[in-house]
Amino acid sequence: MKSEKIIQIRGKGIVVSGNDIDTDRIIPARYLKEITFANMGNYAFYDERFEENGNMKKHSFNEDKFKGASILVANKNFGCGSSREHAPQSLMRSGIKAIIAESFADIFAGNCRMIGLPTATIKLESIQKLMNFIENNPSEILVVDLQKKELAYNNSKLNFEMSNSLRDSLMEGTWDSTSVLLEAKDDIKKVVSRLPYLNNFT
Amino acid sequence: MPENLFNKVWDLHSVRILPNGQTQLFIGLHLVHEVTSPQAFQMLRERNLKVSFPQRTFATVDHIVPTKSQARPFSDVLAEKMMKELEKNVNEFGIKLFDTSTYKQGIVHVIGPELGLTQPGMTIACGDSHTSTHGAFGSIALGIGTSQVRDVLATQCIAVDKPKVRNINIKGKLSKGVYAKDVILKIIKELGVNGGIGYAYEYSGEAMQNMGMEERMTVCNMSIEGGAKCGYVNPDNKTFDYITNRIFAPKKENFEDAVRFWKSIASDPNAEYDDYFEINASTLAPMVTWGINPGQAMSIEETIPRILDMKEDEIDTYSLALRHMRFKEGDPIKGKKIDVAFIGSCTNSRMSDLREAAKIVEGKKVSPHVNAFVVPGSQQVKKAAEEEGLNKIFSDAGFEWRNAGCSICLGMNEDKLTGDEICASSSNRNFIGRQGSAKGRTLLMSPAMVAAAAINGKVVDARDYV
Repeated sequence: MKSEKIIQIRGKGIVVSGNDIDTDRIIPARYLKEITFANMGNYAFYDERFEENGNMKKHSFNEDKFKGASILVANKNFGCGSSREHAPQSLMRSGIKAIIAESFADIFAGNCRMIGLPTATIKLESIQKLMNFIENNPSEILVVDLQKKELAYNNSKLNFEMSNSLRDSLMEGTWDSTSVLLEAKDDIKKVVSRLPYLNNFT
Repeated sequence: MPENLFNKVWDLHSVRILPNGQTQLFIGLHLVHEVTSPQAFQMLRERNLKVSFPQRTFATVDHIVPTKSQARPFSDVLAEKMMKELEKNVNEFGIKLFDTSTYKQGIVHVIGPELGLTQPGMTIACGDSHTSTHGAFGSIALGIGTSQVRDVLATQCIAVDKPKVRNINIKGKLSKGVYAKDVILKIIKELGVNGGIGYAYEYSGEAMQNMGMEERMTVCNMSIEGGAKCGYVNPDNKTFDYITNRIFAPKKENFEDAVRFWKSIASDPNAEYDDYFEINASTLAPMVTWGINPGQAMSIEETIPRILDMKEDEIDTYSLALRHMRFKEGDPIKGKKIDVAFIGSCTNSRMSDLREAAKIVEGKKVSPHVNAFVVPGSQQVKKAAEEEGLNKIFSDAGFEWRNAGCSICLGMNEDKLTGDEICASSSNRNFIGRQGSAKGRTLLMSPAMVAAAAINGKVVDARDYV
């Protein structure tokens, strides 16, 4: 199964600032008690957005000016903690199509890749400028260009970092890896035959 | 050329380099639990795929199981639904399930080693970040997300970038009352919660060699909290002895050959690493977290850091932490009143943890304002502890003695903090909301420290009680 080729994302930006935003904050564990991802979009940043009595708190995901935004900008070590794919699922199902941050936690970035959600990194000074711009110009369109590894906004351009392997997977539409992995059936057999613990250690 | 364990095991399991540069890595052991797997099984159905190596996947139930009564149906209808879904999936796809009726159920990272499934030289994956625990045996153990669970089910492989390897040398001997938990909290404090991004951690040195297997599991368990992709310890005679005679251990007639293989994959003397770090175990004091991530930790002797001591990019998280915890800069952590004491979780719920805690608790009473409970990591741990009479020591002191599960480590079952309660917890995460209340507060520490805090009603120095 070939997945969608992701080459360029255009959309409004949204800011979630702060280092080390963990997956429990992105989606509290109690919302993981579902057997599909279908409803996950309802729970993104739930406890950061709502008081226990349901009243709204101040959070960018609650602000009207960020309605319809699709490019999330964050700080360092975004998505640390649990391996729950529910976290990127909840963001994607809230309309997020790309995440730009100073850095990402490994498992989170891996989960984003698996669902075709690009993650790119930019250094702190540029992230801060970008965040300020989005805060002040929430309706401006940003363009994330994977080909050029470039984020364009307000007539300026920022280079971002993205590993070649991630960029290739997204641009080639091979990020849904199951079919790619299945191609290597014979090579898998070779590994199985050489692993001592699958062959009585002989 | 001398090689480290990580590279040897990686190469042995490498199927091929994918066109995008990632490695297609064969997974020798796949563990599954109820929370991160249902969507993966559903994706297999939608794609008309089978499980390619059903005999290499094992399932249990841990996150959602109640720890009071485990009678079916569970009183939480959502939990019951997830349990039924897991049962349906393992039956349909031919996977072995260790549920509560087997007396082998427990936290997935406790039962893997306990059953002898976890062995040196393997690649291990599970849809759970604390899979790093299994690295204690000298395996590459990776936490994965649900779409990767699908890949492992369908192909027994994942597509993965190869990390670099950092050797962490823990020199010297630990003092009495200082434990594996203190070692890993110190490492995370020093290297930061994102210091391990892009790295596998190899733990070595005198202190690691002296640790038993369960303590090594505690250290490896929290590798992920330091941002590392995984953590491991080179296997030695303690590793081999631990595995001997376990249900899924190599058969007697193959055991010598197994040991020969296991020894062969250990890091060679003079092996090279991409990075090196060391800490001194002999000067280490018990550690406690004061903030909202495991890196915000301090020794029991210290005071909460001041804003002036923070690096500029730490200030946001620092300020949020103090607001959430309602602590002040310069406060000692010693003497902080606690409301709940929890001994359990995949980090610290094994026999050695319970024994150390029981020593402190024996003959004493839990402080009247503290709600204290012990949740053994597995049904087998529970049984062994009861045979030793540990349950009685805990119960006599006023701890509740529960059934195996993840419990209040995370808010997915009946065990939760309420309001802004402060929990002295032997678990692994002090994230905001982690223990089931958005305002709840978590202080991570060793099981011995939790036990001492429960008795005193406040954070104390475990060294004064051992």
